Amino acid sequence: MNRHDAKGIPHTTPRQSATFTQDINSDIRRAAATGIYDIRGGGAKRKVPSFDDLLFMGASISRYPLEGYREKCETSVTIGGLHAENPIELDIPITIAGMSFGALSGPAKEALGRGASAAGTSTTTGDGGMTPEERGHSTKLVYQYLPSRYGMNPDDLRKADAIEIVVGQGAKPGGGGMLLGQKISDRVAEMRNLPKGIDQRSACRHPDWTGPDDLEIKILELREITGWKVPIYVKVAGARPYYDTTLAIKAGADAVVLDGMQGGTAATQDVFIEHVGQPTLAIVRPAVQALQDLGMHRKVQLILSGGIRSGADVAKAMALGADAVAIGTAALIALGDNDPKWESEYNALGTTAGAYDDWHEGQDPAGITTQDPELMARFDPIEGGRRLRNYLKVMTLEAQTIARACGKNHLHNLEPEDLVALTMEAAAMAKVPLAGTDWYPGKPNTSY
Amino acid sequence: MQTIDLTEIGLRETNKTLHAQSADTNQTAWEIVNPRGSHAIACGLDAPIEVTVKGSTGYYCAGMNQQATVNIHGSAGPGTGENIMSGKIVIEGDASQYLGATGHGGLIVVKGNASSRCGISMKGVNIVVQGSVGHMSAFMGQSGNLVVCGDAGDALGDSCYEARFFVRGTVKSLGADCEKKEMRPEHIEILKGLLDEAGIDANPSEFTRYGSARNLYNFDVDNAGAY
Repeated sequence: MNRHDAKGIPHTTPRQSATFTQDINSDIRRAAATGIYDIRGGGAKRKVPSFDDLLFMGASISRYPLEGYREKCETSVTIGGLHAENPIELDIPITIAGMSFGALSGPAKEALGRGASAAGTSTTTGDGGMTPEERGHSTKLVYQYLPSRYGMNPDDLRKADAIEIVVGQGAKPGGGGMLLGQKISDRVAEMRNLPKGIDQRSACRHPDWTGPDDLEIKILELREITGWKVPIYVKVAGARPYYDTTLAIKAGADAVVLDGMQGGTAATQDVFIEHVGQPTLAIVRPAVQALQDLGMHRKVQLILSGGIRSGADVAKAMALGADAVAIGTAALIALGDNDPKWESEYNALGTTAGAYDDWHEGQDPAGITTQDPELMARFDPIEGGRRLRNYLKVMTLEAQTIARACGKNHLHNLEPEDLVALTMEAAAMAKVPLAGTDWYPGKPNTSY
Repeated sequence: MQTIDLTEIGLRETNKTLHAQSADTNQTAWEIVNPRGSHAIACGLDAPIEVTVKGSTGYYCAGMNQQATVNIHGSAGPGTGENIMSGKIVIEGDASQYLGATGHGGLIVVKGNASSRCGISMKGVNIVVQGSVGHMSAFMGQSGNLVVCGDAGDALGDSCYEARFFVRGTVKSLGADCEKKEMRPEHIEILKGLLDEAGIDANPSEFTRYGSARNLYNFDVDNAGAY
């Protein structure tokens, strides 16, 4: 490169803008070429304060640990004991989040059921109703009650082990959904009572209730229809966790499912995913505070989701007061989503393994987020179920390892006092001290 | 005729008693007295029984109904007959908002008027209203028929799919992607059948049909102003 111009004056180094980055510029060019915003699947990809910013302190002279492989560290959790005749008993506190048949293939839903059942936990339907293969392969199945009510019928409702009223999801608090026409196979169309091949919009609000007072009556109706037998969860996005948790409990929920912005979606606008909602780390403590203020902590269960990936995340969620977690994206990766073995096909789609998020287009090389029979055939639900079971077992073992190191004989005995934060942001959000200090940012006059 | 005093035995016992009726029950006629506007009365029924509620009801009466006939001798609260699958609901008075929301099948008849969002997201249910309906009726209606013998409020059939709307009076305004349609002989037949089934005496030829213009079925940026 010429370092001087003809007169001998030096050039400055070409400098990329921190504001107009290559990524941003590609967004602008895409928008200019198409006239429509970018739609994609998954959760927030931006870096946000997260569980990675927390560390456990482990045992010391004042806290003694439990022996790995010898001393018991319980992992079971009961969800919905407050009002339901038949609460859900899970062996591990890691559940599978709601993902729709439609967004996922039938075999992928089957694999989620197989894996969850083998690991002793529950799986969840999604926006599209309950499929027989999913019900058949899930020992504990949570039925999502969504604004669209696609595929909603009382027979399936009565077959469910729990009902989850979905108010919002972390990827898009306040947003509905869209299943594009190319994924609407005959079977998906029939289940949703819509013509084949058209875009299916999922409503953002429930059609027959608005606000907390109505929600209480809706919960009453669902309980009456199911004879007060099964727990009723309320799922909210991480928007206003203190108030949403408070209102859900007052409306009579047995459990609150709280989903942070790293939680995935089948498809929505990228701008929505990246700019609406709060990080999972930021929403736990306000929700737990709401439970405690109402005297309902451990009576109404808190299920946390949004970017949970490992046993460390599970343990941190528990330490901050959650009763259980839910995984979605991580479960899909365990099944084989975004696997580098399909790299050449990801390249052909203009992406790379790990970054593929155009799940709504139905061309998933891994055969999971598709309704294309040829692509679907690549995915073996038995093998997928085995992989998911393995992954759930590993997460559980990891969480137990940490809990034992902290001297806890149940994951639920982990507590905020076991944690420190690496950053001031994480310390303020998690309400734990900054590592190496007795400083709780944002909390006046506190110390150990 | 079996009579249940709802105020005396409570909602849970009332619904439990009705839910206990099987397909071959010989106790097919039930009467509920003193409903006092309670919510969720006779919801989740699934037997060929006839239940008459003597008075007005709160939210979600006859919600998710299957097979049963539910008569409301009064007015009905919000979400009555929501997600009805089959059977019949007859409301002698007026119906509040979200009547028959997301209903998949069956018939709902209103002798009075129905409020806003009547038939919202309807998925196959037939609704016949002898009076008028409020705004945003049949919003996102997917399939089934909404018959209005009076007038319809603002934004009828907004963002609808394949549901059909028959209105005898005026329509204050049509919602996005809803348009006036030709009334062909097959539609007269459908409407005649619905009016007969509802027991309402009206001349089908006086009605106008509305339905989806199908312009918003697949996203097109040039339609962005309509969303």
